[in-house]
Amino acid sequence: MATLTHHEGVTAEYLEVSSGTRKKFIMIILAGVLLLVVGLIVAYLGIGEAHHEGAAAAHGATAGHEGTGHHGSPTWLKRLIVSLWHNNVYFTGVSVIGTVFMAIQYVAYAGWSVLIKRVYEALSAWVIPGGILLVVIFLLGLINHDIFHWTMPGIMDKASPNYDRLIAGKSGFLNLGFYLGRMVVFIAIWAYFTKRLRDLSLAEDLNGGTEYFHKCINVSALFLVLYAVSSSISAWDWVMSIDTHWFSTMFGWYVFASWWVSGIAAITLCTILLKQAGYLRWVTAGHLHDLGKYMFGFSIFWTYVWFSQFMLIWYANLPEESVYFNQRLGGFNGQYTWLFFFNLLINFVFPFLVLMTRDAKRQMIMLKIVTIAILIGHWFDFYLMIMPATMQENNGFIIEFGVALVFLGSFLLLMTKRLAQASLVPLHHPFLDESVHHTT
Amino acid sequence: MTKRFALGIFEDEDVLLHAVENVREAGVKIYEVFTPFPIHGMDDALGIERSRLPIAAFFYGVIGLSFALWLQIYTLGFDWPMIIGGKPHIALPAFIPVAFELTVFFCCHGMVITFYTISKLYPRWKTPVLDVRSTDDKFVVAIELNEKTDLNHLTQLLRANGATEVNEKEMTKF
Repeated sequence: MATLTHHEGVTAEYLEVSSGTRKKFIMIILAGVLLLVVGLIVAYLGIGEAHHEGAAAAHGATAGHEGTGHHGSPTWLKRLIVSLWHNNVYFTGVSVIGTVFMAIQYVAYAGWSVLIKRVYEALSAWVIPGGILLVVIFLLGLINHDIFHWTMPGIMDKASPNYDRLIAGKSGFLNLGFYLGRMVVFIAIWAYFTKRLRDLSLAEDLNGGTEYFHKCINVSALFLVLYAVSSSISAWDWVMSIDTHWFSTMFGWYVFASWWVSGIAAITLCTILLKQAGYLRWVTAGHLHDLGKYMFGFSIFWTYVWFSQFMLIWYANLPEESVYFNQRLGGFNGQYTWLFFFNLLINFVFPFLVLMTRDAKRQMIMLKIVTIAILIGHWFDFYLMIMPATMQENNGFIIEFGVALVFLGSFLLLMTKRLAQASLVPLHHPFLDESVHHTT
Repeated sequence: MTKRFALGIFEDEDVLLHAVENVREAGVKIYEVFTPFPIHGMDDALGIERSRLPIAAFFYGVIGLSFALWLQIYTLGFDWPMIIGGKPHIALPAFIPVAFELTVFFCCHGMVITFYTISKLYPRWKTPVLDVRSTDDKFVVAIELNEKTDLNHLTQLLRANGATEVNEKEMTKF
């Protein structure tokens, strides 16, 4: 009912992370480590490798897949390094979405989201550790060239037996110096703006006034321009250049859409969990409804981009392009085929059908199920982008799940720590009142 | 058919919103509220049930999707099979864009036509206007009157809630 009549003073709320909660997160990390160790042992002993002969034969059939010749690391180590990369790209990308979401809210002068502002502020707590890990894992991958085929020595040198004409043609863009430079610059941009917006937000809490708000809008606008460029290029760098021979002009958008919808799912899930724990008292079904609409819409957006990429490649059927889907649809003994369809099912069909009605978008239980499905679904989306070109037929899940749990636990530890650092309600935000009275 | 109305004229949307709540709480049934622009929360304040239009939209969409798939599969697969780009006759990925567009097309047109029909907004229909100022800068609350209504009491109630005028008006064609 019309909320305008009932004024209620909004007061500060502080999240208390109990030691029990922290223990739970540490348990997640420990479970991950356990799973990881089991996975490594299984992979080391080569259990379940019997089918490899057949796979190797099918291998030759999938035209144009790259780099069969090299590969120093044994499977277990390679899987570990690749899955570290996979998880870090996923978690760092999702984390930055916190800042991107905030910047968009500022630039759009959006008022509804103010009450959950601290949630997306906290989401980007992983940007700095994630960024550092990104460089570290990239360097780890360099030892045996496990992740990026183009880093092989001599691959761009005509005299070398490793020479690959196509990759050499890309040497202007894919060379270590420029690549690492870009990586560091992008991470630095993301980390700087995350910190800047967070600092302004905390200063606003202390001092009040609208000057911080206006400053935030300028900072956000600049960040969005830089992010648009850097997110696209980082998608080519960190994900697409794994399939070095292949290219797709949709790829930047595709990766961004995946990060973006997962980021919104993470914000929604965190909001619901806080609400259910008794915090965020002023958040109503109206706010959740808007978040639900966002997830519904951007799940469709992701599918749109995914399909745009797929259909053009399918229709044109050029060998150098269609190899990407060849590997994922039936390549390597059909190992990835189920994932290919599972990806569409969990990331499009499921959110689309479940979140279609208004009531579903306003119910916490429905939103919770869908957010978790989206978060898992897009983890698999990244799995499907990264694994076929690196692990080929030697992919697996135990190590990957283990690493994912370790990342998840650490991510949650940092995020809750940041959530607890400031009031959950940004008391002096000029649009706070609008958000409290938000109805949809 | 002729109906009689008491019209409360308001100057401000917030005042109006509160007045609508209070008047309904006092047990008076409001016939309709006429405003120059949509007011947030008015549907709730008036206690209007949610529209069932989205359900209709879903079925229009399903009809559009089925029609699009039937059209393409029948024409390209059975009626006049052609080989295009070396693809099979029934090449589903190629059908998706058309299926999407026709789903949206059926959905939109179905919704607009349904909405116009139930709102009686078809051509040559003259909408009766109780107070022309509701198309300019006034907000009008219309309350239907019958023999038992105590007009004085109603006038007082509306005035107490911020109405600047209370008029009585008769309307045929309602």
